[in-house]
Amino acid sequence: MRAALSGVIIMADSASSAAADVILRVRDLRVHFHLSGGLLGKPRVLRAVDGVDLELKRGECLGLVGESGCGKSTVALSIVGLQAPSSGSIELDGEAVTAGGSIDRKALARTAQIVFQDPYASLNPRQTVRRTLEDPLRLHGVRARSEIDDRVATMLAHVGLRAEHADRYPHEFSGGQRQRIGIARALILNPKIVVCDEPVSALDVSIRAQIINLLLELKETLGLSYIMISHDLGVVEHMSDRVAVMYLGRIVETGPWREIFERPAHPYTRALIAAIPDPLLRVPFVRAKGELPNPLKPPDGCAFSPRCRYVEDPCRREPLPALERHRDEHLVRCWRAKEL
Amino acid sequence: MLAFAIRRSLQIVPTILAVVLLIFVLFSVIPGSIVSALSDEGRGAIDAQVAERMQKELGLNDPVHVRFASYVSKLATGDFGTSFRTREPVTSMLAKRAWPTLQLIFAAMLFAIVVGVPLGFIAALKPGGLIDMASMIGAVSGLSMPKFWLGLLLMYLFALTLGWLPSFGYGDGGLMYLILPAVTLGVSPMALLARTTRAAVLEIMTADFVRTARSKGMSELRVVKWHVMRNALVLILTTIGLQFGSLMGQAVVVEKLFSWPGIGSLLVDSVLQRDIPAVQGAILVAVLFFLIVNALVDLLYVVIDPRIKYS
Repeated sequence: MRAALSGVIIMADSASSAAADVILRVRDLRVHFHLSGGLLGKPRVLRAVDGVDLELKRGECLGLVGESGCGKSTVALSIVGLQAPSSGSIELDGEAVTAGGSIDRKALARTAQIVFQDPYASLNPRQTVRRTLEDPLRLHGVRARSEIDDRVATMLAHVGLRAEHADRYPHEFSGGQRQRIGIARALILNPKIVVCDEPVSALDVSIRAQIINLLLELKETLGLSYIMISHDLGVVEHMSDRVAVMYLGRIVETGPWREIFERPAHPYTRALIAAIPDPLLRVPFVRAKGELPNPLKPPDGCAFSPRCRYVEDPCRREPLPALERHRDEHLVRCWRAKEL
Repeated sequence: MLAFAIRRSLQIVPTILAVVLLIFVLFSVIPGSIVSALSDEGRGAIDAQVAERMQKELGLNDPVHVRFASYVSKLATGDFGTSFRTREPVTSMLAKRAWPTLQLIFAAMLFAIVVGVPLGFIAALKPGGLIDMASMIGAVSGLSMPKFWLGLLLMYLFALTLGWLPSFGYGDGGLMYLILPAVTLGVSPMALLARTTRAAVLEIMTADFVRTARSKGMSELRVVKWHVMRNALVLILTTIGLQFGSLMGQAVVVEKLFSWPGIGSLLVDSVLQRDIPAVQGAILVAVLFFLIVNALVDLLYVVIDPRIKYS
């Protein structure tokens, strides 16, 4: 009964947002990894992403949060075509990118780009910044020397680097500068969607704000839409219009950021918010106990039940609850959301 | 770059001096000499007076420091002394034998690179696959087989049974004579190169910047060609350099086995006869070769990896 009801809600949802300008639509995305069980064990299936629906409107920033291992980076890689989904569909700017199972990485690269987490490892140490920035242009058919030079210079200026930085190698830069290069590399093809996969978590706290502000500024000047992935709600709070919380391969709560931060409905979201260091301690939520369960052996019922302090018998017995409307655009996947 | 090249070459000099001192002192303190080798080792006893005269003629009665001083001063002019055994200048003996040894080492290394690097590469592209398993088993066997045994097997198969190749000797210096010793010598660096290449490529294939390259829409072939191969090269080159240097030492066994008229077999013969000037000369040439190869590898690093800068 409940599942059927929520299905109706989601359909109604997509009908209404079709009018609004949706630039990315992810439907029932699943990424399963088949692991060999060694010599004697039987092969196992790791459900890294298990039925994720996402929508990103033009000009919006969607925060995707969760612990390490919850599948958020796998979602990111699928969106930019670096990880083939097991099933489900991804639609970018009205075009299906996963049709027929094969991915046209080259076409995709012009629409969706990704800023990687580690600015130290994600740049080829043996090529200059210029080469790193020129490569995508050449790959995508920009031949004129003057245009290439022009676009490289413009992009460097956009991310706050000087023209003479172009002929240096990545190791000559600081972490923050390298992430600026990473951002420039992602933006040089003029993508519409940028997936930022933990863009500041490898950086010193002191320069995180600079990079976040740079990203926000570029979003406005270049008219970008972001998916901002982070395990740190503090970062997401600062940037996102909407937030989706992931737990063990599924989205457990999603809604406008103010709703999520001020009236979180899922016990897991409450635990995440409780983990933000905050001297004023605005919400007396209780932190989650224990670790993310082994994704190879997910618990029965609600995946969060072993760690949830509000857990009741039905949570462990009943099949996983569906994403249900909590209020307006605020959806939550919890048996007890209403009572809490 | 040029300044570094000059400085790096000059570094060889003190090392050579230290090696000269070490070899000289070593051979001065170990018991036995050419005279005792002649008299005691079943070559017929020699008269005490003759022995005494030989000692004197060869300068073996002089104190160590006097002998060392005269050795070094001659060495400075490129004179390695005179062989006790053949009374030939060691310099000309070495010169005659340097070419066959270089031939052997380069041929062995060529074999190792041409077979080992592609093998490791193919293995890494499909880790756990059939080619990977087969080549890595081959590599471990190649590394663990003793050279003299492998050499004998090859000799038996290709010379005795099949009759395709001459079994030993230098012959007219032709390619046919080179193949068996070169393959014997080349098998272990080949195996090591295959393993190193595989490990390097595997590591780089999963590196973040390779994922970055894919994210800009690069085709897999170009990713491998431009990002993976160039970065794997540093590790491969290091292995080639190290192996090159040590091949000189490994060549001793192979040269002896195949009666190859190189520096290695000169070394073995001279050691047995306590022909100290010849031994010292042969070892010095081997050391010099090692040092030069290492210096060259250091120089190449600067060329291929911008992160490495020597100041």
